[in-house]
Amino acid sequence: MEIPYTVSTRPDTGLWNAKVGIWLFLASEVMLFGGLFSAYVFLRLDAPPGMWPHGLLNVPVGTMNTAILIMSSVTVVLAWAALKMRRYRAYWWYMLATILCGVIFLTVKLVYEWPQKFEHFGAYIKPEALEKYEQYLGNKHAAEKGLPPRLEITGHLHNRQALNDPNIKEYEIKLDPVNADPTNPAMDRPHFLYVPPTDKIGKIDKEDVERATMFLPTHSAYFASYFTITGLHGLHVLGGVLVFIYMWLPVSKKVYQRNPEHLANRVEVCGLFWHFVDLIWIFVFPLFYLL
Amino acid sequence: MNNPPDISQDPSEHEEYAHNVQKHVRGYLTVGALLLAFTAITVALSYVNFGTRKANIAVAMLVATLKAGLVAAIFMHLAAEKRLIYRILIFTGFFVLGLFWLTFLAWYNPVVR
Repeated sequence: MEIPYTVSTRPDTGLWNAKVGIWLFLASEVMLFGGLFSAYVFLRLDAPPGMWPHGLLNVPVGTMNTAILIMSSVTVVLAWAALKMRRYRAYWWYMLATILCGVIFLTVKLVYEWPQKFEHFGAYIKPEALEKYEQYLGNKHAAEKGLPPRLEITGHLHNRQALNDPNIKEYEIKLDPVNADPTNPAMDRPHFLYVPPTDKIGKIDKEDVERATMFLPTHSAYFASYFTITGLHGLHVLGGVLVFIYMWLPVSKKVYQRNPEHLANRVEVCGLFWHFVDLIWIFVFPLFYLL
Repeated sequence: MNNPPDISQDPSEHEEYAHNVQKHVRGYLTVGALLLAFTAITVALSYVNFGTRKANIAVAMLVATLKAGLVAAIFMHLAAEKRLIYRILIFTGFFVLGLFWLTFLAWYNPVVR
């Protein structure tokens, strides 16, 4: 028996099956991401002053990835419109463009953004030792300017053995600009362009450190939520790309030849998912990169 | 902006139909350009000091909501969708607002306050 309403609409609802299905699925997705976003809000509201980092992510790269995702949303809707107009060739090209956008987005995340974080190091200083590292923290300057206190010294870890070797008593950090020159007013706000760590090396006694890690989920509530949310979002992008590849391959041309409207409906449903993934990123980008 | 209507079974009407869809395509391109522009605006505004960080967050979230609204209304065709879809989404909206309300309660803590 053939399944009814895969292409034609059900008279009472005016919808075909997959359309209802995808919206029910997206409703559950809203709750999934809603839970994570409310965790973000919760963690951020409860963060003591100075414990929610700013300006640690690369804004131009994030902006570029946002633009790529928006463009892929446009190309997927154009692919669908091309099918509606029965122009398979145009559909094929738009679909290819969408797939490439998704792949670029993931590549930037996995090859550049995340590994760069894994290479970065931060050491939270114990409250009683903050005074000792005033030359790197500039907290008098920060207090004068009404800025939150600086509790962490960041940069590239020069002596990486220090992470595991208990005989090494101090961390040598190639300091980030904000810790190399903390009283410079240019450091009061995050930079738009990424500025790599300087060549100035700061030495920090392990005894004075509350906790020190690379920029991993264990580093802070900020990075825990960053990796969880961007990771789950990345998995969604990956899933979308895989489905789009299937829609783009010759197997799907057979569906098109049998009934073009059937493929158009499939693409519409996948497109709805893709727009949703774009929509999530629209919130992720300012929350983590900018604010 | 409504969705393109379903294609007619009559091949002689296909050309007119294609012309009709083409009009929607122009709309999609405009929305895409708007979204890119809003992205640039979001980035620029984050470097403007609105007094407090709360104000900056409010402004950024306002722009993001506007962008999300455009995506939902035009790309996801929610501007003109069938009733059943709206019903599903009303429930979703109710529960997700409830979720954020719980988060707010945890922070505001009306019992101890």
